[in-house]
Amino acid sequence: MDMKRATVSMLRRALDEKQVSARELCEECFKAIDKDEDKIGAFITLTREEAIKNAERAQKRIDEGKSGFLTGIPLAIKDNICTDGIKTTCASRMLESFIPPYDAHVAEKLKEQDFVLIGKTNMDEFAMGGATQTSYFKRTHNPVNTDCVPGGSSGGSAAAVAAGFVPAALGSDTGGSIRQPAAFCGVTGLKPTYGRVSRYGLVAFGSSLDQIGPIANSVKDCGEILNVIAGQDSRDATSSDIRETDFNRNAEKPVKGLKIAIPKEFYGEAVDEEVKTAVMNAAKELEKQGAVLVSCEMPSLKYGIPAYYLIACAEAASNLSRYDGIKYGLRGEGKNYREMILDSRNKGFGDEVKRRILLGNYALSSGYFDAYYRKACALRQKIIAEYNAIFEKSDVILTPTAPSVAYKIGSQDSDPVKMYTADILTVPVNIAGLPALSLPCGENEKGMPIGMSITGRRFDEATVLQAGRAYEMR
Amino acid sequence: MKLYPTIGLEIHAELLTKSKVFCTCSAEFGGEPNSRCCPVCSGLPGTLPVLNKKAVEYIVKAGCVLNCDISRFTKWDRKNYFYPDLPKAYQISQMPRPVCLGGYVDIVSEGEPKRIRINRIHLEEDAGKLVHEDSTRQTLADYNRCGIPLIEIVTEPDFHSAADVTAFVEKIRLLLQYAGVCDGKMEQGSLRCDVNISLAEKDAKELGTRAEIKNINSVRAIGRAIEYEIYRQTELIESGERVVQETRRYTDSTGETVAMRSKEDAQDYRYFPDPDIPPIVFTEEELEQIQNDIPEMPESRRERYINQYGIAPNETESILNNKAVCFFFEEAVKYYNNPKSIASFILVELMRRINTGEADMEKLPFRPKDLARLVEIMDSDKINKSFGKNILCTMLETGKAPDAVCDEENLWIKEDLGQAEQVIDRILADNPAVVEQYRNGEAKVFGFLMGQANRQLKGVAAPGVVKGILERKLKEK
Repeated sequence: MDMKRATVSMLRRALDEKQVSARELCEECFKAIDKDEDKIGAFITLTREEAIKNAERAQKRIDEGKSGFLTGIPLAIKDNICTDGIKTTCASRMLESFIPPYDAHVAEKLKEQDFVLIGKTNMDEFAMGGATQTSYFKRTHNPVNTDCVPGGSSGGSAAAVAAGFVPAALGSDTGGSIRQPAAFCGVTGLKPTYGRVSRYGLVAFGSSLDQIGPIANSVKDCGEILNVIAGQDSRDATSSDIRETDFNRNAEKPVKGLKIAIPKEFYGEAVDEEVKTAVMNAAKELEKQGAVLVSCEMPSLKYGIPAYYLIACAEAASNLSRYDGIKYGLRGEGKNYREMILDSRNKGFGDEVKRRILLGNYALSSGYFDAYYRKACALRQKIIAEYNAIFEKSDVILTPTAPSVAYKIGSQDSDPVKMYTADILTVPVNIAGLPALSLPCGENEKGMPIGMSITGRRFDEATVLQAGRAYEMR
Repeated sequence: MKLYPTIGLEIHAELLTKSKVFCTCSAEFGGEPNSRCCPVCSGLPGTLPVLNKKAVEYIVKAGCVLNCDISRFTKWDRKNYFYPDLPKAYQISQMPRPVCLGGYVDIVSEGEPKRIRINRIHLEEDAGKLVHEDSTRQTLADYNRCGIPLIEIVTEPDFHSAADVTAFVEKIRLLLQYAGVCDGKMEQGSLRCDVNISLAEKDAKELGTRAEIKNINSVRAIGRAIEYEIYRQTELIESGERVVQETRRYTDSTGETVAMRSKEDAQDYRYFPDPDIPPIVFTEEELEQIQNDIPEMPESRRERYINQYGIAPNETESILNNKAVCFFFEEAVKYYNNPKSIASFILVELMRRINTGEADMEKLPFRPKDLARLVEIMDSDKINKSFGKNILCTMLETGKAPDAVCDEENLWIKEDLGQAEQVIDRILADNPAVVEQYRNGEAKVFGFLMGQANRQLKGVAAPGVVKGILERKLKEK
């Protein structure tokens, strides 16, 4: 069975119809990994032994006819999502040997289904980066062209899916970290509404922005996986009680009459022509199916990057303070507490993490708080207001996911500001807490995938998935 | 030039909730080190705080009894600093939007009534405890206390003497205890006090430079620390030196304060809204419900005791000054409706034993009902009144009910009138001079005869009966 491009829905049918066993599927995954992982570097930890055991347990459940959507399905989880008894490193030297004594809420949800964990995927250190190049352990390569980055920070998860190691994976998205690597690797990724999925057990980066979501080979799979992991959790006060019976409930409905906003600022100079063309072609395809394209504006898009980086870094600076070498993680040396903590953090964190901690603490410092953090929060409100105005006249927003296709490894390592500005199209969605889906909409001349994003109203993943599915089934 | 002290307080009170403020761990005092913590309160990666609704309820109650305005919109902030007792390296606290704003407490200090204004009260989490082991030169961390809900009460600088402060702390402790939100045990650290103190000439336009004295753990120590600090600052100023703005630690053994850190070391806490905890918006109904749930405060009890029960003002204060005694008293009154009698028995007999340490008010082996019954049988002449304290001792030792004690020790008065008559006849016969005195109009000797009779008739006849017989016989002859 070829795992490349296999959807979970297909594998589900194959398992339930006994065309393949859970163990065989699992072994298939490891066969692919053994063959190509050296070139890709998608994983930090592989859970080979547990996977076989779990596959056999899942098989029993399948044999009893009690399988859920993910029973026996091999999946990968980003390494900033806590897994009980399995190393969770955040791709940082700081947590190189950290084994959580608890599962993240999403891991519990997957376990309830008897899924099969294949491994924990590589990422940018503490999810800070857009190329999966800041990991302490390894760089991840894009399976489409291994000279290129896979995007990030969930680059390991996207690459694992694109390489055919797993049919789907979980990632996390603070400023585009699910959607942009999905776009770069030519797969599909969904960032749910903030509050849709419990953050309990997701190692915090930007707490008001972080959200866990699926990366898969189809829009429908994303909806199905969201069905499993979504829902209120008493351990995350920001998780919402707004319920959804089935995120795919509109997936097969035609998009006739659906109003799709095209905000012109998302198609500005910063975006490569080949990307704009591909996305506009997709818009035309949806129009052909009966959707109505609506021109609109988001004048404050230009403030998205500064607002996002101030808020995300401020929260990160505080969130990452707990890594002090006292209770867990890397402990440095020193004659006293102060020296020890300095050494721990100096050795434990990479440059990008340090840069953001500095930036965040600066923005929160007394005397600068009003000029930076407070202003960023005001901009956040402005961006939210502009989204609201757009959604008064349309149902979803169609934009490119990233300004370019995946670039060459090493080509942007030295210019952090350039890296930050590349997030311009994805961060507004996190700032406003909206759901957004990235799916492939073609490729450039060199065969590199181009992704488009469909953004919806808060808690309206169903319409986002409907539009995405309509395009996918064109 | 006369220097005048100005003092403000920050009081930290641990709330009596069952669980911690952001997780479900027990918030009880003590426990084996690190036995009462979980991934959340020990700040493991990926864990999230969830606000304990009870703690919010308790701070609202505290605000109500301290006459504060309760904010309809309140939110939490992170106070960022590194310290080994703070697992997340930030404390969840409240900066611009505390639960309670404004407020006041009326006190009596050295006979003078005074009103102390409260600036604000906010809800935060306590930190862990560090234990320094001299023998191994190691520092150990105990995170049991991490996340215990704490309210910080900030006063205006309305105090001008140690007496003002101690009166206020006593009062606040009592109010929080009555409201059921804090046990007020300073020795266990559930109530802690930081004192800000400065000296200046009276009527000076600006206050002097202040020193902050941290974490003093008894009311007595607060008084002594302030006295010392007034002395120290006076000496400095009068000898032409300057008071340095700094944090000082009070040492009980020497009665002195010593410098801990100066203002230059002051940290920038980089407060910002905690994104993990949604703000709270109270509805009027919710606040009303919490307010209705507050037990009766000492003020209104005082009025009832004096006006309705007829208990003397000094006895009333003695009862009210100890919440446990007060609650015990009121419960007892439910079973025997003679508050005066119960009050005096509690204050004289029970409190004596509490004060000597023979008994612990919080761990009495019998119920208020039992004490009420004891006072009742004493009042009803079913036993000799003087047995009361012996019965109480037995009850304290064994936890037995008073009736059972009387049964076992055969203390019930049997009312043998024949024997009473005989005994009294003999007493009169043995004391002809006294009888003569009585008949000559010296009524006070009756007490002597009564005492003789009662002593010999313990358990045989009730004092009232003895009195009747004695009076009759004295008239007869």
